[in-house]
Amino acid sequence: MSLLWEGIRRAIDLLLHGDAEVFEITLLSLKVSGLATAISLLLGLPLGTLLALGHFPGRRFFLSLVNTGMALPPVVVGLGVSIFLWRSGPLGDLNLIYTPAAIVIAQTVIAAPIVVGLTVTALQQLDPRLRLQLLGLGASRPQMVLALWREARLPLLAALMAGFGSIISEVGASIMVGGNLRHQTRVLTTAIVLETSRGDFAPAIALGLILLLLAYLVNLALTWIQQGGQRR
Amino acid sequence: MTDDGRPTTGDELSSSLLAVRGLRVAREGQRVLEIEHLAVCEGEVLAIIGPNGAGKSTLLLVLSRLLKPEHGEMRFRGHLLEAGDDLAYRRRIALVLQEPLLLDRSVFDNVAAGLRFRGLPRPEVARRVDKWLARLGIAHLGARAARSLSGGEAQRVSLARAFALQPDILLLDEPFSALDSPTRARLLEDLKTLLAVTAMTTVFVTHDLDEALLLGDRVAVLLDGRLRQVGPPEQVFSAPADSEVAAFVGVETVVAGRVVAADEGRVIVEASGLHLEAVGEAQPGHSVLLCLRPEDVTIRPGDHSSPSSSARNRLPGRITQMGPRGPLVRVVVDCGFAVVALITRASARDLGLAEGQTVTAAFKASAVHLISR
Repeated sequence: MSLLWEGIRRAIDLLLHGDAEVFEITLLSLKVSGLATAISLLLGLPLGTLLALGHFPGRRFFLSLVNTGMALPPVVVGLGVSIFLWRSGPLGDLNLIYTPAAIVIAQTVIAAPIVVGLTVTALQQLDPRLRLQLLGLGASRPQMVLALWREARLPLLAALMAGFGSIISEVGASIMVGGNLRHQTRVLTTAIVLETSRGDFAPAIALGLILLLLAYLVNLALTWIQQGGQRR
Repeated sequence: MTDDGRPTTGDELSSSLLAVRGLRVAREGQRVLEIEHLAVCEGEVLAIIGPNGAGKSTLLLVLSRLLKPEHGEMRFRGHLLEAGDDLAYRRRIALVLQEPLLLDRSVFDNVAAGLRFRGLPRPEVARRVDKWLARLGIAHLGARAARSLSGGEAQRVSLARAFALQPDILLLDEPFSALDSPTRARLLEDLKTLLAVTAMTTVFVTHDLDEALLLGDRVAVLLDGRLRQVGPPEQVFSAPADSEVAAFVGVETVVAGRVVAADEGRVIVEASGLHLEAVGEAQPGHSVLLCLRPEDVTIRPGDHSSPSSSARNRLPGRITQMGPRGPLVRVVVDCGFAVVALITRASARDLGLAEGQTVTAAFKASAVHLISR
């Protein structure tokens, strides 16, 4: 037990005194996962809207792909992205393997299907006649889509949070394509793996507490959104 | 030829704001709608009536250009509408559906929605929203969240949202059918006033005959996807084109009249020079429609009009038409206006009724249904 208490005491020490490396790792995690979430949104919102509102051949097939994609194991994503970015791989010339960009790519592959899938759900929960009503009030197609997004703003925000939540705590893909290089690609999860394997529990606990806090904040926001939704 | 068999007049075509021709809509191979010709004239309220599943809402969606028919052309102010005109056309109309379908924003934002789609400047948006909220009696609700409204308030917002667009045509799809009856009556009255004041060209879909009689300048009967009759309400209700229309409208005698006296629920109406007694609420001087169901009318041979009995209306006339209607006989008596009666075959035989015969049509004051115009 003393190992735990000693670890926690030193971890709080690290946090309170603003350890430079802890700060660096946290910032990189937020940057990488934030960027991957933003890209997932840029890709996922239009794609999810198309799948939710469109009528085209193969729509059901794409929906099943997205649903499968929502449960992609991160290590499989790590494997796939590694092969593509490997020095001798198809995109090897870009020299992205073991860079933060590689982690962003892998995390986008994980988060985008989640954002797409939840966007589809969010838009399909709206009354389908609302589209007719908006068009019948003179909305152009883009104006109609904007109004529908605004109407589904809370579930769409929830989709975004779920995407972020899935990658901030992900470790498999990040360690495979990022390599956990100190000062370069070391993020919260990969750092915790490393420190724990070395038996250096204090920094592992400190980073773990930060990760817990981030996860808590994401869930707090989600809960707040869902409660707001119920008040309707 | 129009669907009711009358030739299309040049006048009707030239004054029509919106006209459809050769319209056909099918769903999974089944015909849903097939309309040779329908014109909406400037300033009129066209009520489209028919039972559920007749294709009324489908027709309204076609008129909104939100549903593409297999066949058919639409002309707006004489111009043939092409696929590329859809947005511009939709910005000349306003659609109100059965459910208010409000956005999850404030009442003000809801009424402003269509105006903002059209890119109107802010002060103009605010001016029109305030004006129409006030006109629908909901000025006090502007800042409220739309989701907190009652059904009646929400449908008022939906109407304000449509009127604020100052559309060339207002398309209403059973806007009152989801409301409770007192709320519906008040809203119907307010809508009637607004339509009269604005002279708004309106297509009003309903399965409720009272609503059609109250609002409609013309009534179109849609049965099984086809227009069976189009005409003034008096004509459609008193002279149904065929037995299915008659069966749907039920009321066959509709006479326009003017209230000459009213006292404690008893109303005297003058129609075609005759004084008729009815039960209801109406103010002297007001125009009304008297509606009479054929099963409420009795027929006796000879002229038995007598002013002594006040409980019944007795009208002398001549039988102009007799024919079977299911197990009954339908008799049309010309009393200055057509009164339709349904009597049993046995009575017709016992009374020895025949076309050309002088008879007296009688009905109770309480059998007369008054509709204020």
